[in-house]
Amino acid sequence: MSKLDITGRIHSVETFGSLDGPGIRYLLFLQGCPMRCIYCHNPDSWDLHSGTQMSVEEIMRDISRYRNFIMTGGITLSGGEPLMQPQFCEAIISESQKRGFHVAVDTSGSMPLEKCKEAVALADLLLLDIKALDEKLCKEMTGHSNHNPLAILDYREQINKPVWIRHVLVPGYTLDKDKLTNLAQYLSKYKCIERIELLPFHKMGEYKWEQLNLPYKLYDTPAPTRDEIDMAVSIMKEYNLPVK
Amino acid sequence: MDFNTGVWERSVNVQNFIIKNYTPYDGDESFLTPPTERTEKLWNEVKDLMQKERQAGGVLDIDTATISDIDAYKPGYIDKDLEQIVGLQTDEPLKRAIMPFGGIRMVRNSLKQYGRDMDPNVEAVFKYRKTHNDGVFDVYTNEMKRARHTGIITGLPDAYGRGRIIGDYRRLPLYGADFLIEQKKKSFEEYNYEVMDEESIQHREELQEQIRALEKLKRMCESYGFDVSKPAQDTKEAIQWLYFAYLAAIKEQNGAAMSLGRVSTFLDIYSEQDLKSGKYTEQEIQEMVDHFIMKLRLVRFLRTQSYDQLFSGDPTWVTEAIAGMAVDGRHMVTKMSYRFLHTLVNLGPAPEPNLTVLWSKHLPEPFKKFCAKISIETSSIQYESDSLMRRKFGDDYGIACCVSAMRIGKQMQYFGARANLAKALLYAINGGRDEISGEQIGPELLAVRGKYLDYNDVCSKFDRICDWLSKLYINTLNCIHYMHDKYSYERLQMALHDDEIIRTEACGIAGLSVVVDSLSAIKYAKVKPIRDERNIVVDFEIEGDYPKFGNNDPRADEIAVDVVKSFMRKLQKQKTYRHSIPTMSILTITSNVVYGKKTGSTPDGRKIGEPFAPGANPMHGRDTHGCVASMMSVARLPYDYSEDGISYTFSIVPDALGRYEDDKADNLVSLLDGYFTEGGHHINVNVLNRDVLLDAMDHPELYPQLTIRVSGYAVNFIKLTREQQMDVINRTFHTRF
Repeated sequence: MSKLDITGRIHSVETFGSLDGPGIRYLLFLQGCPMRCIYCHNPDSWDLHSGTQMSVEEIMRDISRYRNFIMTGGITLSGGEPLMQPQFCEAIISESQKRGFHVAVDTSGSMPLEKCKEAVALADLLLLDIKALDEKLCKEMTGHSNHNPLAILDYREQINKPVWIRHVLVPGYTLDKDKLTNLAQYLSKYKCIERIELLPFHKMGEYKWEQLNLPYKLYDTPAPTRDEIDMAVSIMKEYNLPVK
Repeated sequence: MDFNTGVWERSVNVQNFIIKNYTPYDGDESFLTPPTERTEKLWNEVKDLMQKERQAGGVLDIDTATISDIDAYKPGYIDKDLEQIVGLQTDEPLKRAIMPFGGIRMVRNSLKQYGRDMDPNVEAVFKYRKTHNDGVFDVYTNEMKRARHTGIITGLPDAYGRGRIIGDYRRLPLYGADFLIEQKKKSFEEYNYEVMDEESIQHREELQEQIRALEKLKRMCESYGFDVSKPAQDTKEAIQWLYFAYLAAIKEQNGAAMSLGRVSTFLDIYSEQDLKSGKYTEQEIQEMVDHFIMKLRLVRFLRTQSYDQLFSGDPTWVTEAIAGMAVDGRHMVTKMSYRFLHTLVNLGPAPEPNLTVLWSKHLPEPFKKFCAKISIETSSIQYESDSLMRRKFGDDYGIACCVSAMRIGKQMQYFGARANLAKALLYAINGGRDEISGEQIGPELLAVRGKYLDYNDVCSKFDRICDWLSKLYINTLNCIHYMHDKYSYERLQMALHDDEIIRTEACGIAGLSVVVDSLSAIKYAKVKPIRDERNIVVDFEIEGDYPKFGNNDPRADEIAVDVVKSFMRKLQKQKTYRHSIPTMSILTITSNVVYGKKTGSTPDGRKIGEPFAPGANPMHGRDTHGCVASMMSVARLPYDYSEDGISYTFSIVPDALGRYEDDKADNLVSLLDGYFTEGGHHINVNVLNRDVLLDAMDHPELYPQLTIRVSGYAVNFIKLTREQQMDVINRTFHTRF
């Protein structure tokens, strides 16, 4: 079977991505996610079996039409958790690279490395979301251990390919001086980290939880203040991490 | 001044002068200077005046006793000691003039609306003198009046100045008035004719009028203490002479759009020499530019409230085209291009002059990024594709109004507003009857029958309605422009043109995305017509989904291409006034709101009275695949069939453009490069948060300079009507977090 014939499940497409990797990017949101993050703003992408089925060939045909916009940017596979469909991901990455596009994978790293190693290795850039370094907190926030994402980070370091770390600042959970210091200290040993993006928790996904009739825990959690964000940034800077 | 020689010395040829003498600038914006103390002081005085104007209900003062003319007023000043560039439309800033030759009725109505009376002496003149508006209504047929009344053709320049003519205002500084007069006299003497027919007589009379206007221009300048008979000798004179030429035009005509042309690179030739010789410093030159731009921000015309509803916010379309590429392959970015855009920083954002960047992928990267940064800060710039236009118009074209390219001094247009294609589709469905009044307006066709609309049936009926409409439309324009030439000829602007010029008859269409989505719904979903007791289809029920324009979906986009091509082909078949070439634009300005108001429910699900999308935009909220997909759909519309321009308005919240300031500018540059490479013609760029607009609706006093781009022009948001403000807010704001 050719890579072009592989099919997978797609949540949606956004033709102007400017926040997930460098330049203008074609964002392909893949369906399905094993994590159950309490602040998720796309809970409609959790179920692996909904969405639209598409072949790699169909996807490549669509992507190629946007060549004039994304030549200096590229493609970002996001989700959901794109690595939940590892062969599909790998096929899209290699077909895109064949056509000269830069591919980033936006992942929570929640899949075991051995299941998605090829895709992780191939990606030009990995946008890796570290939910929490503290094991207990990570489980509380996502329902999962942080063992897998940290293994993926180690692997990218080993093969010397770039990673952008993303970390969501949630008041009452991750927005904490000690926790941020621990995280900064931990990350400072990695040479593969090109950028750290601290993403303030926002409330724009709440309506989706209501639509899906899911219990949402953060109604009373505010978005972080400017000062709190600056505090988090300065901690990263103390450890010479590449944060803006 | 020491210029490189060329054919420009022997005959009027500004393009040749520019090409032989300009210096492309590859650097960045670091040379620019902040406003001088004088500029700040003067601008504060202007801002105070503008605030008073707003508080007075939009019009500060009117000279009701003087019929406006080039030399009709005493010189006027804002603050004589501070002004480096002088000249006002009347004897005081923001005092509006009356220009009755386009239509005395409109002047009377405007005065009444602002609680003023026409001076009896002026009234007396028009007992004996006919105006353009009188002429048009003498010859209109009943069918034309009906079409105008129901709004299938709207916005026609039959009651005021047609505008959309760009005088080559650079000719005055380059040649001086005497040379220009001499050339026109020579043309008159040497005019060749076989038979003294209507065409020849008209031509000869017009030449005499032009000469008279140039003499008046000289007198006007004299009253300000300047002798413009000879060429300008330095930057300051060049800017002053050029502004005087433009000022004379706006004293004579209250045209719907009074573009400035393409002056910055021309002026740069003077300033480069003065900088080198040490005559002026960078700061002094920027000061002159700032003062010149201030003058352009003060241009005012007296309008009626019904005009304001159509074209909201007191627009004048003082459009200036900046940058672009020369046909010899060099880019035309100069330091002066930067200085003009920099006025948006020195004086703050403003809708006028309508700064238009002629974009090419090959413009120098620092300039592209500078434009993007200014766009992000001010939302005051529009961009148009130099690659598309240069191929048709060469490298010395300007933009009339919003999107209409024309060779400067060599081409003019007969402005024709637009036909409402969405209404035409409803006429097709209703057998030529108006869907609101029920009157038979179009030809009597068989109305649609059956439970569901049939795609082929609707298409063939729509085609027949468009046959009728295109013919009626051109015939109506012929009446208007015959009378405008006769009663309200643009003497001064045409004096700054060649003798033999290209004329276009510029038609337009409104409601494109409504028509496309309607046809797509009929084709790909099931559309059930709902009839009222008059047996008129007044609403539709859609069963199922259908592809919508604005998602880069070929099924919908191909319908759009067909609709555009088909209507243009019909226009091409018509016989036009003065051998003008029919062209078409897809542009609404703010009239999409009024058009929507006058149009019944449409098969795409849009309800009666709801606004259309502006220009060539997809309908609000239906472009769901992100802005790049939306741009791709618009870029596919064929410019060859819509040569008068295709307007697209793009709004994005700042945070969706990129995470950091630098990324934002880079991403905007990539977007523009992509859009224009794909064949896009025009784009308005707004980088704004919706919250800011909502707040400005409640607290207009806090946002005197908040500028947004709407189809083809920019406007002070707080000067829009409430309906139009809501329309802007309801549009798709591209977001993603």
